[in-house]
Order: sequence, then C-alpha cells, then structure tokens
Amino acid sequence: MIRQYETVFIFSPVLNDSEAKKATQEYVQFLKDGGAEIVAEDLWGLKQLAYPIRKRTTGIYFVVEYKGEGAVIDKMEVNAKRDPNVLRFLTVKLDKYAIDYNDKKRKGLISKYKEERLAKEAAENSETNKTEE
Amino acid sequence: MAQRKRNNDIKFLSSPQFGNNKKKYCRFKKAGIKYVDYKDPNFLLKFVNAQGKILSRRSTGNSLKFQRRVATAIKRARHLALMPYVADQLK
Repeated sequence: MIRQYETVFIFSPVLNDSEAKKATQEYVQFLKDGGAEIVAEDLWGLKQLAYPIRKRTTGIYFVVEYKGEGAVIDKMEVNAKRDPNVLRFLTVKLDKYAIDYNDKKRKGLISKYKEERLAKEAAENSETNKTEE
Repeated sequence: MAQRKRNNDIKFLSSPQFGNNKKKYCRFKKAGIKYVDYKDPNFLLKFVNAQGKILSRRSTGNSLKFQRRVATAIKRARHLALMPYVADQLK
C-alpha cells in the first residue's frame, strides 16, 4: 500500500556543506531507487542539539517527505544505522492532517512560517532578476 | 492580634479560587488545529514545565485526543534532540 512518510536525519556536524548535501542525496537516491516518489526535501543545516549524541553537540538536520511502499524504509533504515555519519533518524507515517499541514507549511500559509516564505521568495526573485540581467 | 489571626483563618476556609469559574478549554479545538508538529519545539515548549516534563491535561486543558498527540509530538522531538529529556531552567 502506498503511503506518505517523512524521515528526519541528523547528520554528523563534521561534514562540510558539499559533503552534507552528498550524504543527503545518497538517501534521496536510495528512496527513488526503491520506488518511492519524493514529495519534498529540506536541509535545515547545522543546529544545536538539545543534548549530546555520540559526544556531538550540533547536528545537520535533513527532512525528506516521500510516497511509497513501506518495504523501502526498512532497507533505508538499515543503511542509516550502519552509516557512521548519521547520528539519529526518525521515520513517521503521515496522516491526512499531517500531509495537509506540511503542504500549507511549504506554501507559507501557516502564519508562523509566513516570514520564512517571504524571505525565500525575495531571495528567489533577486536570483531570477540577476539571471535576467 | 488574635482578631487578625481569626480573620486570616476565615479567609482561607474556602479555596482562594472560589467563585473564579473560568472554564478550561482545549486550545487545539478552539483554534482548529488538526496536526501537532513535532518539528516545532518552540510551540511544544508550552506543554512542558521547566524540567522538560509533559504537563498534565489538568493544567493545559487539552482534550484527550490532543493531549495524546501533544505527548507523542514531544516524545518525537526529544528523540530528535529538538527538546531535552531532562532539563532545569528550561523557561
């Protein structure tokens, strides 16, 4: 049965930007190969942890949302467990309200995230303007 | 002196909140929130005390349904180190 899931990874802070991107894309690619359809991915970047994990006090957060069969998740989680760069991960099944919420959050319809969206749009606009020039 | 003491006694014969009938309500139902996001620790902080413990329904006024969802969200946030398991002076 096809369901929508969401996985949050915490990568080790020793990775630099390009390494972190590469590590995240590995998992995204793995999901795609497993037949899952990626709905959204979001790299939060370096964040302070609330408590140390494996003697690290910061971590790189990455969220990926996807649709697919549950079987691919098991394989991905085995990979994540063996990966020394992954400090922690959590996979959650999304119910219809969660899907709706995430959708609205992405579009910036939730007031809390409105500023974030405006900032993003402004950045995108300036980029497009630059390319036009 | 004795007179004053007796007055104090009388003052606390009934609960100090007597007559202050504020009805509790579930803020999720009132605001129409359907999903409690575990990735938003600042919001979840409203439902824990200074030690990081989950507050009871008695103090938050949440309905059973949303108290369960808040509790799950807080536990997920803790697993992802977005919130502490134990803390002091959280607020």
